[in-house]
Amino acid sequence: MTLTPKLSSNDRAPLFAEGAAGTLRLAIYLMLAALAMVADYRGHYVEQVRGFAGSLAGPVYWLAAAPVRLVRAGYGAANDRGALRKENQGLRERLMLSEARLSRLAAVQDENARLRTLLDARTRLGLKAQLGELIDVDLDPFRHRLLIDLGANDGLEPGQAVMDAHGVLGQVLDVGRDRSVLVLITDASHALPVRVVRTGLRTIAYGSGDTATLRLPHIPFRADVRPGDELVTSGIGGHFPAGLPVGVVREVTPDDVATFALALATPSAGLARSGEVLVLHDERERLPKRGAAQPELEGPPESMPVAAPEARADAGNLAGGSPR
Amino acid sequence: MRPGGLAGLTFWGSVALALVLTLMPLPDALRAAKPFWVAIVVIYWALESPERMGLGRAFALGLVADLLTGSLLGEQALRLVVLAFITLRLRSRLRFFPMPQQTLAVLALLFNDRVVMLMIRSFTESAPVGLAHVAGPIAGALLWPWLFLLLDGLRLRTRPKDA
Repeated sequence: MTLTPKLSSNDRAPLFAEGAAGTLRLAIYLMLAALAMVADYRGHYVEQVRGFAGSLAGPVYWLAAAPVRLVRAGYGAANDRGALRKENQGLRERLMLSEARLSRLAAVQDENARLRTLLDARTRLGLKAQLGELIDVDLDPFRHRLLIDLGANDGLEPGQAVMDAHGVLGQVLDVGRDRSVLVLITDASHALPVRVVRTGLRTIAYGSGDTATLRLPHIPFRADVRPGDELVTSGIGGHFPAGLPVGVVREVTPDDVATFALALATPSAGLARSGEVLVLHDERERLPKRGAAQPELEGPPESMPVAAPEARADAGNLAGGSPR
Repeated sequence: MRPGGLAGLTFWGSVALALVLTLMPLPDALRAAKPFWVAIVVIYWALESPERMGLGRAFALGLVADLLTGSLLGEQALRLVVLAFITLRLRSRLRFFPMPQQTLAVLALLFNDRVVMLMIRSFTESAPVGLAHVAGPIAGALLWPWLFLLLDGLRLRTRPKDA
């Protein structure tokens, strides 16, 4: 606020200023704005307003995304048949590869389920995913947030995990009626509990504000994290199912005070602004069921699942449940 | 909105366009340099036609922008009120500045706005402060003379005859 001195020197000038911009009115509006921010940040009182405004905002988003749509349509029209066929072929090959991988996975899953019944453990429900399309608008250049065309009408809730074909993308932040805002794992305010696949080390991946980097601070030096290590979600916190790919460690350096190591990782998901994403409907539905089953449980073997509902409250912070 | 019609159209059209431009995606390389479009429109109308752009309208416009971009409700409202207030206070000087000087003043206003933004955000999140924040205000100031001439042309052409 470097301009304040100038203001006060001009304060008594009655020439044009009065009425239009009285200091009292400024104070009132500043207070109103502050109140609105506190209400939004603390109480989530404005969900209703947001939902209502969101349904009116459709045309604006449509207009804002129009140029990109045009360019893309032009690109599609300009592409000749040959290129399209080539692309089609490539996609078909990738599909076959994925199918093969899936069928192998199904076998593993069967085996897993059998082993679990042998151990008398609760079976995990499969992932339910919903396909959503990103709306091509830029909400804020300094935040990693995306708009998606699914909302409360499609059954979305804040906190749901979102991924694309390659890995975890982020989570649902604000839910409107037909649209929701996602926060990406690279947003500077996001934190994601992860596990290093090779060593099993559990840690937290923070967003860096840069779409190509995740930060993993406070890793003990003896923990043996190396470049090339894969990261998956650890499932702690309950927002993200365990085992989803997150990224690959790119470099490991001592942190500023050289007490811990700091690892930088490249996210696996394509964190672009356009395309399709999967919203997962997994943990949210499972956790209450666990809670309901709680009284029947006894004995130490089930201690983890029993602890989960309570743990969710604190772990929600860990998992960046409410980044704002 | 005055019954004049056309003049009002220029005003509301520029406001709507600013909102759409705010949301319009840019190539990744230019992302940080996205100007605060709504602020530029607020500065222009506060300078040239303060009866159209008082603190109240700046506030309301900020709320609309907040809802559209999903930011904390009131953030842009506060920033725009501060901006409109300073502009209105310095209006009698800014208006008669030659264009290069006015552009510099707009640059200062937009910088000041960035500082306000980072202040607000530092309360709620860890907002990375970096050189990237310089790009937006500079882009806005570079665009200012052209937008000023464009809006001025439109405004004068559509002004009611008796005014």
